[in-house]
Amino acid sequence: MAKYLLEVDKLQTVFKTGKGEVTSVEEVSFQLKPGQTIGIVGESGCGKSVTSLSIMRLLGKHGIVKKGSILFNGLDLTKISESEMRNIRGNEISMIFQEPMTSLNPVFTIGNQMMEGIRLHMKLSKKEARKYSIEMLNSVGIPRPEAIMDEFPHSLSGGMRQRVMIAMALSCNPKLLIADEPTTALDVTIQAQILELMKNIRTKFNTAIMIITHDLGVVAEMADRIIVMYAGQVVEEANVFTLFDNPKHPYTKGLIGSIPHIDYDAEERLVSIPGAVPSFQNMPTGCRFHTRCEFAMERCLQQQPDLIPVPNDELDDHKVRCWLGEEELAATQPGNREVTV
Amino acid sequence: MFQYIIRRILIAVPVLFGVTIFNFLIINLAPGNPVDMFVNPNMSVADITAKKEALGLNDPLWEQYGRWMGNLFQGDFGYSFSTYEPVISNIADRLGPTLLLMATALVIAYLIAIPIGILSATRQYSFIDYLTTTFSFFGISVPSFFLGLGAIYLFAIVFPIFPTGGMNTLGGSAGFTDTIMHLILPALVLGTGIAGSMVRYVRSSMLEVLGQDYLRTARAKGLHHFIVNNKHALRNALIPIVTIIGLEIPLLIGGAVVTEQIFQWPGLGQLTIQSIGSRDYPTLMALNFLAAITVLFSNLITDVMYSVVDPRIKYN
Repeated sequence: MAKYLLEVDKLQTVFKTGKGEVTSVEEVSFQLKPGQTIGIVGESGCGKSVTSLSIMRLLGKHGIVKKGSILFNGLDLTKISESEMRNIRGNEISMIFQEPMTSLNPVFTIGNQMMEGIRLHMKLSKKEARKYSIEMLNSVGIPRPEAIMDEFPHSLSGGMRQRVMIAMALSCNPKLLIADEPTTALDVTIQAQILELMKNIRTKFNTAIMIITHDLGVVAEMADRIIVMYAGQVVEEANVFTLFDNPKHPYTKGLIGSIPHIDYDAEERLVSIPGAVPSFQNMPTGCRFHTRCEFAMERCLQQQPDLIPVPNDELDDHKVRCWLGEEELAATQPGNREVTV
Repeated sequence: MFQYIIRRILIAVPVLFGVTIFNFLIINLAPGNPVDMFVNPNMSVADITAKKEALGLNDPLWEQYGRWMGNLFQGDFGYSFSTYEPVISNIADRLGPTLLLMATALVIAYLIAIPIGILSATRQYSFIDYLTTTFSFFGISVPSFFLGLGAIYLFAIVFPIFPTGGMNTLGGSAGFTDTIMHLILPALVLGTGIAGSMVRYVRSSMLEVLGQDYLRTARAKGLHHFIVNNKHALRNALIPIVTIIGLEIPLLIGGAVVTEQIFQWPGLGQLTIQSIGSRDYPTLMALNFLAAITVLFSNLITDVMYSVVDPRIKYN
């Protein structure tokens, strides 16, 4: 068991609202080895960010992890005290966010914000922390790091700010880096630079990365394994090659189909998945995707499918949450049904 | 920055000029005149006319104004119509007590408002939040004369801890502790009034900042929530509060009129009331002039403070 750095097991996160509890993430399970990169993809509002914030325990006062466990190095993050959690945050698990423009505090200098975490976790003196911060800024490719230390965030571009965020997140040598849509707000050339930077870091420090995105291009570039989430659940999990070559879930197929390709005809319509993610207040019964699924059957409307291994793909640890897969499985390999619960 | 300040001061000159004209007209439009205040049954009509002539009140308004302005350029605010003392020394005597009361009241207001505002915002919709909201509503609604009289009744009569008014005990040594004892009640009354609205400003400003992304970043660093709230959030929440402080300073000179009167505090507010009562034109003009300068100056200070607290703001 200890070979995994992070083991999320049947995580359920709910938010308390005036009208009762709203379940935002349900039965999310995945594992991550040291140095491995996992990509979590899905549309907006499918619970990707909530999953990562649950790991960081930064859900705010209304969000709680109701069920399941999050084992980090064998330590259940849902059970430890707030002060123990503070020692892990920014130290062993770091996070970078989607919006570099608003993620830095506008009234403090870059240096001040960099040194804050370093002094807290590494117990360095002010002088040492400053020196180390400059090194870190240098290592993420920021020119004139000494001068940038005394600048305020507003004088930096979005790409530079995201580099600062990455430098800040990496400064305490975290074992796990959670990147919540790290490139979404950046333009493409900067995106490529930031992804390149993250790859370098991974090889250099053997940091496990959990990358959350709705951009399949980004995960194809970065991830070893991919989790596809829909409406708070994992609908498909596979390694990156299997997922792109042989997607099983209609939702995954839809996502992959909607990537524009340069060699397509200009007249050709881009595939899109009709409709939108259902809200958590009126979640459909049965399979959550059936309202938008072109293959939906009678059974999909009534029973919720489990996340089960795909037949003939066990080696890849390819799992899918779809009756279609299971029907096929039942048809091809009768009596050989294995259901993971 | 230096250029900006110079420019602002230059702009202030015509504004100040306009304010004095306006004030002069309004004061003269008010019914009654200074001489009416001296009238006693033994004075003849000729005496009254002679007195008016002596004070220059029979001249056309523009001439009176011109004379006043001319004297002002020589640094002369004239003599009080009622005490015959130089206006400038009258005001100078009163300025110290007002500044003392004002500064203490502001400090009290912020000492109350900032921690309570933070507490109220970080525990939004909790019992504490509702309690502070109710109390701040109370602080805003209760007029200072009522609060002042209540405070005198409670803390000077029922529990005779503090004196009822004045700045020093009559015939006393007028030492430091004596002044402080006299200061506490009026400063508290004035401070609570300001704190009432200030709590609401701090609360809403904090609430806005608490939802910002950079606070999530600060929490993600593993910082204690105390540091997140009081360093990262507060520093941003104070930016709009700075404006309000700037608006509060001139208001305090006005607001202190009532409080100074109730507590017999020998400050500018009391002098204003007395001068209005006796239609003491030179003193009133000087007081208004001082008030106008305070407003213009605190506006400038506010704008300069802005660039100090918010690094994104630069003037050129």
